[in-house]
Amino acid sequence: MKQQKIETSKPIGDTVKTTTCYMCACRCGIRVHLRDGKIRYIDGNPNHPVNKGVLCGKGSAGIMHHYSPARLSKPLRRVGARGEGKFEEIEWEDALRLATGWLSEVRNTDPRRLAFFTGRDQSQALTGYWAAQFGTPNFAAHGGFCSVNMAAGGLYSIGGSFWEFGEPDWEHARLLLLFGVAEDHDSNPIKIGLGKMKARGAKVISVNPVRTGYSAVADEWIGVRPGTDGALIGALIHELLRTDRIDLEFLARTTDASWLVIQNPGKSDDGQIFRNEDGQPMAWDGINKKLMPARTPEAKISLIGERELPGGKKAKSVFQLLAERYLAPEHSPETVAAITDVPADRIREIAREIASAALDDPMEIQQPWTDWRGVRHETMTARPVSIHAMRGISAHSNGFDTCRLLHVLQMLIGAVDAPGSFRYKAPFPRPIPPGPKPAGKLSQIKAGEPIPGMPLGFVGGPEDLLLDENGGPVRIDHAFSWEAPLSAHGLMHMVIENAGNANPTPVDVLFMYMANMGWNSSMNVANTLKNLTAVDEASGEYRIKHVIYSDAFWSETVAYADLIFPDTTYLERWDAISLLDRPISDAEGPADAIRQPILEPDRDVRAFQDVIIELGYRLGLPAFTTNSGEPKYPGGYADYIVNHERNPGIGPLAGWRGEDGESSGIGAPNPDQLDRYIKNGSFWKHHLDPDQRYFKHSNKRYLEWAKEIGFIPSADPIVLRIYSEPLQAFRRAAQGHGEVQPPNSETRKRILENFDPIPRWRPPLNGLEDPEGNYPLHAITQRPMAMYHSWGSQNAWLRQIHTSNRLFVARELAEKLGLKDGGWAYVKSPTGRIKARIKTMEGVNPRTVWTWNAIGKRRGAWGLSEDAPESNEGFLLNHLISELLPKEDGIQWPNTDPVTGQAAWFDLRVQLEPAPAGAETTEPLAPPLPQNPTKRSRPKYLTYGADFRFKDPVQ
Amino acid sequence: MTSLPNNSATKRLGLVIDLDTCVGCHACAVNCKEWNAGGHMAPLTDIDPYGAEPEGVWFNRVHAYEAGDRKTGRTVHFPRSCLHCAEPQCVTVCPTGASYKRAEDGIVLVDEDKCIGCKLCSWACPYGAREYDSHSGVMKKCTLCIDRIYNEALPENERIPACVATCPTSARHFGDLGDPNSDVSQLVAARGGYDLAEELGYQPTNKYLPPRPKRESQSQPANEEPSSGLLRWVDRLLSS
Repeated sequence: MKQQKIETSKPIGDTVKTTTCYMCACRCGIRVHLRDGKIRYIDGNPNHPVNKGVLCGKGSAGIMHHYSPARLSKPLRRVGARGEGKFEEIEWEDALRLATGWLSEVRNTDPRRLAFFTGRDQSQALTGYWAAQFGTPNFAAHGGFCSVNMAAGGLYSIGGSFWEFGEPDWEHARLLLLFGVAEDHDSNPIKIGLGKMKARGAKVISVNPVRTGYSAVADEWIGVRPGTDGALIGALIHELLRTDRIDLEFLARTTDASWLVIQNPGKSDDGQIFRNEDGQPMAWDGINKKLMPARTPEAKISLIGERELPGGKKAKSVFQLLAERYLAPEHSPETVAAITDVPADRIREIAREIASAALDDPMEIQQPWTDWRGVRHETMTARPVSIHAMRGISAHSNGFDTCRLLHVLQMLIGAVDAPGSFRYKAPFPRPIPPGPKPAGKLSQIKAGEPIPGMPLGFVGGPEDLLLDENGGPVRIDHAFSWEAPLSAHGLMHMVIENAGNANPTPVDVLFMYMANMGWNSSMNVANTLKNLTAVDEASGEYRIKHVIYSDAFWSETVAYADLIFPDTTYLERWDAISLLDRPISDAEGPADAIRQPILEPDRDVRAFQDVIIELGYRLGLPAFTTNSGEPKYPGGYADYIVNHERNPGIGPLAGWRGEDGESSGIGAPNPDQLDRYIKNGSFWKHHLDPDQRYFKHSNKRYLEWAKEIGFIPSADPIVLRIYSEPLQAFRRAAQGHGEVQPPNSETRKRILENFDPIPRWRPPLNGLEDPEGNYPLHAITQRPMAMYHSWGSQNAWLRQIHTSNRLFVARELAEKLGLKDGGWAYVKSPTGRIKARIKTMEGVNPRTVWTWNAIGKRRGAWGLSEDAPESNEGFLLNHLISELLPKEDGIQWPNTDPVTGQAAWFDLRVQLEPAPAGAETTEPLAPPLPQNPTKRSRPKYLTYGADFRFKDPVQ
Repeated sequence: MTSLPNNSATKRLGLVIDLDTCVGCHACAVNCKEWNAGGHMAPLTDIDPYGAEPEGVWFNRVHAYEAGDRKTGRTVHFPRSCLHCAEPQCVTVCPTGASYKRAEDGIVLVDEDKCIGCKLCSWACPYGAREYDSHSGVMKKCTLCIDRIYNEALPENERIPACVATCPTSARHFGDLGDPNSDVSQLVAARGGYDLAEELGYQPTNKYLPPRPKRESQSQPANEEPSSGLLRWVDRLLSS
């Protein structure tokens, strides 16, 4: 028989364009291949620094995201009651006029009555600036319930952080330790890196209650008990100190280990770093037996011993305080084993492995470099132990200190920006903490005027808090108040609860973007919806007067808004992935990127950023209006990206600046900038010189360059901090010193219990023990790699991979509780009860249950039919999590990390019991939402792609 | 019934899949779907794509299994697609010649013009690699991206299957397994690559690399020497 003739050399498409993916927060470079104006194929851009040509399952499903039937098509105005999901389609002009009316009334009276919160926003350099121009401090994105503990823990310790501001040295690490990486950030770079490590035969240890994904391929899986990672790290620190397997030279040279801390109990200077009159921290010179600035090149520092200060006060070094604490038996592996479910022998072994990989058989990279003093080194000495950590550390109420402990562990072995260790990504490292401080003090908020700085920032002490006359919060999310002093990403998860209760002020306009607060992004969904729909009895109006929401899709939250701005998909827009915001740099150098419109929208939708720039002009915000009252950026976001200057010469994009387009970092706006990006594959990357690529905290040539390009204010070395002076400042205030003190004894107690200048594990705020035996189990989520963090994951292809989720339970536990694989169980917490289908497994901590995050959808949402498994079997743990902790001493604290305000959704404790036979559906089953008002057909058969084959006959 | 090619060609193109490195992310499955939805066997129909029972044609699916108990066991992610067997019964059972094995490179394909949708081939395939498109009424399957690997419109280094190009952990490799000197054959030799269900005698071309033995920490007796506490550091003098 004649063999079939096959056309093997058909071009992929007729056009290929580069842009940046938005199917999660990785921001990979993609090539979009078009044929006849439709998307034929999306693949990774081989030249892109983030993904180097690979693409994950989400990115590969971009076609289905783009053509989803859940897309919105036109601005919508609510016509039914809030939450009913009844809308009328209106024109953009009407929508903009309506919003301008609501917003200008707020701005001209009390700008604080606008709460502007953007979710998985990748344009915070613009949105935060817009909020500041409007004059409200009430701005944040979703970092408060995502990863602020990781960001703040790092930035307050080493001036960088895991994930966005640092990465493992995949090329040189001998040992990689993953802590709580719940298959999450960042997606492709971790996978690429793991592939490299595996190919080299390097060892991977994963500390995680659940053995999936990355933990599945690790050489060792440590099934730690949730919320106890900090105790485990403390025991590792104990072992390294006990066995003297530390890098003392690194500690003395690079960290604050030698700085002297005043020991003067009960007095206001107790616990302060002792500084000379020039403000330089002082250390003890062991040769000359005297105090010297810690940064004296010729000093010979002694770390141990009580020193006498002028005036007779005593002081000890930071290192001594650390060692005294962690050598104590409470941090021994034996003690910690009972807390963590990790055997003591195993803890000792891991500590030994860490020390051995870092310190024995030192690897040298033959690359001369010069340190901050000007001393040349002929080689770069490796410390090849890398650590990466994420959600499982972050989402606990003790996450900030757990993250800091990881950084202390790194410092002890010198594994910070050395070959083989964690490496900073530019523009990090930055000073600790990085500037600037948050704007939005009460005195700075004025009707009709901007606030004089960005709403989010880094607090150095109580004087930087945003407090009202009574010491209460200024912001609607209570960020930068005593509830969450170092809340660098805000607390989006508290906004609707507080707005519903006008605490501290009523909210007249709640303006949100790309944040599913009406469903899977809220703790306690029922209460959130109650607050969104609460009516003021006296006026009969909604307590949150107006809700504006922008989304590309018919998501659950849309139904709770009064006015909807339909957004474009990521393939229809301009965007800047900016160094001013969340850069895509790697350790080899800074990078940024753009999105460009690949396709024109076929609907009456507008990019959200275009909309707020237009609103900015209509509201007369100074930065968006020319002196003559014209729109400053008539070309919308693209115009802004090119022409906006935050400081002279510094704009959203760092590449191809200057009139000739030849400057990087700083330079005049270049009208051809976007073209230059497009010609380069839609990204810009600067490669550091080989001698600048490590030890960036102390590397003279790196620091000088970073200052020149504007990343850091001076080329001084960045001293890594074991001892946090900002935390000590809060502690001091709680002890009754200084001008700004906690307003009551409960707050003092909370600060004293939770603010420690040397990080320390403490049980989660809801307690580790369960004395009454009510809620013996931990409940957490992992993020399905094929869907996580993707706004458009609910699409025809990805939903076939995860159509509904199960509650995973250790087999032995299930047997004990009488639960059957595939059967249904009630999961109860103090907040609520859900019904979930069980799947038993082996690879899970025996007192932990877990599920895939955010699979469950509400009926009627996301363009799915009402009988879709996502809504009828899929479930959320969110229903079980409270946004508030139980009342204690008359005060109800938020369910957050007391330092940063990070939502503590991994602290959840539950009980399980078999559900009696009944309907095979999840509970609660919220009433269905109506379908997307844009009538889109849901095809019975989807044959996307057939045209690409059959329209062009085989030649 | 359909015959296999007479000349037992030495060239045997196929995949090598590293179970030690696969994290189960589904990148290969979705990128395969995306490429092939508009490729040589297009479309890869999805039935009820937004409804209660979404079920589409996928040439590559990833499964997760656990082996062993909690302490000693492991989780394995297992991507599954056509293995392009040397003795493919899916071909020999085909009554029309639709299912065939190419002489020149060993790739097993379906000629849809000849396929009557009888599904004998899917019954014959022990690996479950065949995908019936009930909407089109024909059997479909992995083509090893035949419209990529010989595609002169692509740069040479991109002439590999989509699943291999996109795999973030580099767990997938493509090459000529009939050539003992090829990179993939060498990899198979070095890592003990194996045939799936070898005993069935289908002689799959694709190979799987087994997970490497877990590298436990070297267990040593606990160091019980009493710590000298802070004293040992007293005389250490350090440069700032």
